[in-house]
Amino acid sequence: MAARVRRAMRDGMNRQRFSRALRAAPFLGPQSLFLALFVVIPIGLVTTYAFMTRGRFGGVSPEFSLENFTRLLEPVYLNVLFNSIGVAALTTALALVLGYPTAYLIARLPTRWRTVALLMVLLPFWTNFLIRTYAWILLFNNAGWLNQGLEALGWIDGPMNLLYSQPAVVVGLLYMYLPLMILPLYSSIERIDPELEEAATNLGSRPFRVFRTVILPMSVPGMLIGCVFVFVPSMGNFVIPELLGGGKMLLVGNLVRDAFLKARDWPFGASLALVLTIFLVVLLALQSRASKRITEGSPDA
Amino acid sequence: MLFRRSKLRVAAATAIAAVAALGLGACSAGDSGGAALDPDADLTKQSLVVGIWSDYYPEDLAERFEAKTGIPMTIVNHATNEEIVAKIMASGDSGIDVAFMSGQYAQALGEQGVLQELDKSFIPNEANLYPEAKELAYDPGNKVSLPYAWGTTGLCYRSDLIDFTPDSWNDLLNPKPELEGKTTMLATERWMTLPAQKLLGFSANSTSADELAQVRAQLEKTKPTLLAFDDTTFYQKLITGEAVLTEAWDGWCNYGVAEDPNIKFVIPKEGSDLWTDTMTVLKSSKNKEAAMTFLNFILEPDVHSWVVENILYNVPNRAANELVDPQMAVDFPSLAITPAELSEQEGLIDVGDFSTEYSRLVTEIQAG
Repeated sequence: MAARVRRAMRDGMNRQRFSRALRAAPFLGPQSLFLALFVVIPIGLVTTYAFMTRGRFGGVSPEFSLENFTRLLEPVYLNVLFNSIGVAALTTALALVLGYPTAYLIARLPTRWRTVALLMVLLPFWTNFLIRTYAWILLFNNAGWLNQGLEALGWIDGPMNLLYSQPAVVVGLLYMYLPLMILPLYSSIERIDPELEEAATNLGSRPFRVFRTVILPMSVPGMLIGCVFVFVPSMGNFVIPELLGGGKMLLVGNLVRDAFLKARDWPFGASLALVLTIFLVVLLALQSRASKRITEGSPDA
Repeated sequence: MLFRRSKLRVAAATAIAAVAALGLGACSAGDSGGAALDPDADLTKQSLVVGIWSDYYPEDLAERFEAKTGIPMTIVNHATNEEIVAKIMASGDSGIDVAFMSGQYAQALGEQGVLQELDKSFIPNEANLYPEAKELAYDPGNKVSLPYAWGTTGLCYRSDLIDFTPDSWNDLLNPKPELEGKTTMLATERWMTLPAQKLLGFSANSTSADELAQVRAQLEKTKPTLLAFDDTTFYQKLITGEAVLTEAWDGWCNYGVAEDPNIKFVIPKEGSDLWTDTMTVLKSSKNKEAAMTFLNFILEPDVHSWVVENILYNVPNRAANELVDPQMAVDFPSLAITPAELSEQEGLIDVGDFSTEYSRLVTEIQAG
């Protein structure tokens, strides 16, 4: 009896909420359609595939399986995962070290030069990135321009091995994604009122202290966004490990690509993609929480 | 909150339905069909959709075919075997009539009953093929497929930068110290394992876990000596001199030879593989007569010779090869490989579910 009453109450409540939701629906139309089409359905597909069994000719066969995830825990795949995180983290750290002074300088340039400098940062994006990567190969391979030049100058005896190694991959990723660090940093530094710097200086702060206590804390949201912008695509990139890494190391992106396009193992590829997605969503959540806490003010700000 | 959750649930249901529609339709590809073809069918009422690798056919192929037969034709490109197979198996009728794919894939799809048995009365040009091209391991007698191009895998090297003549897979797998860091290998599954399999005296179609373990041990030893794993640009590395010895498909080596005549190709003495790219007709096709006519059209000498002249691959078509300027076989020595030499190599066949073991090995070698 009691159970039935409870169920009736719950049904009534659900119906009420449902009708309220229904009334709100028209206002959510375009956004929810967008979300459904480009976020929910693809992720739903990936999630479903990840728990299925490999079809012999690609695709999946509808048998539930957890095997893809147990396979992920094998040392070789865990290694790729950790290696990817390491490579992406190193790339991000280097991008921050190089990008911060660059962004700071640009933000403090006269307005006219600022536009020129920003344009220079963006300019490489106008060329297809495969072409730019091949240009790196031409420059740095054992018979490339750099090695030839140094040999002609007599500075080295034999060619230096600059390509097809993990450092080459990091440098390639850094080159590719550095602008994604500079731009958000620039916009957050540029927004800092120069009068704050003046005030701090007038109150007796030396330049380094002004930077450490005024500029740096206020640019943290830009730093966080820049870090996410560089870290996320670095983890998923598969072209650079192949071209500049010589296929001798793999990042998660390569594993996903190979699972779908070479091994015809969609479920395993999907489970990798799912893990990657979850990892990145957590990262984004942390970033947005951190920057919210900073901009909405801690008690002493 | 509740609203959002119920929306999610709806979306999840949609997604599952989509999965079902996309992936599971494959099961419905039945074994019916195989009905006799009508020799008097009005071909001009039919039309063709042909799935073929991009850049693997003359640009004006569709116009020439229509001009000759009156059959309108659409070409859809694919980049890999996996892509075309996924397209075909995704639903009962992919809309594709003729599909190009490598021999071992034609074998696997043939076993699944997806391919139409060829009606040779539509294909008199099969007589143009070499006798060796009628006894291919993946489809003896060419019952469900006809060969389009064939070749082998070997060593592609810079004769001016190596002071000996490589002739063994051992030169690649256990290189002399002066070659270390100057060699590349293919990273595509069956071809990454091929050199070690042949050196160790195994079949290239091995399904023995023990043999694969020995192959793995060899590859783990070889990897530190490699400049790179490279499927697509190894010939450029030869041209620049970055690499001096590479594992290469014969046709691809020619792209290097075209730039530098010091680049040479050799089939190692331990033997190699015989790969074949084939043409198949799908059982789901509603234009089977036109499809057979298309296969016949490709085997016309003046159509088929295009592949040799432009892609620099060997074709199994004697009449087509007779049209090719003999100077080409001098400029590109792999084009001088005879059908008899090719058929001495081991024909690649499908290894069924064991292919996952190959995938795993290749991934683990690259990642390790």
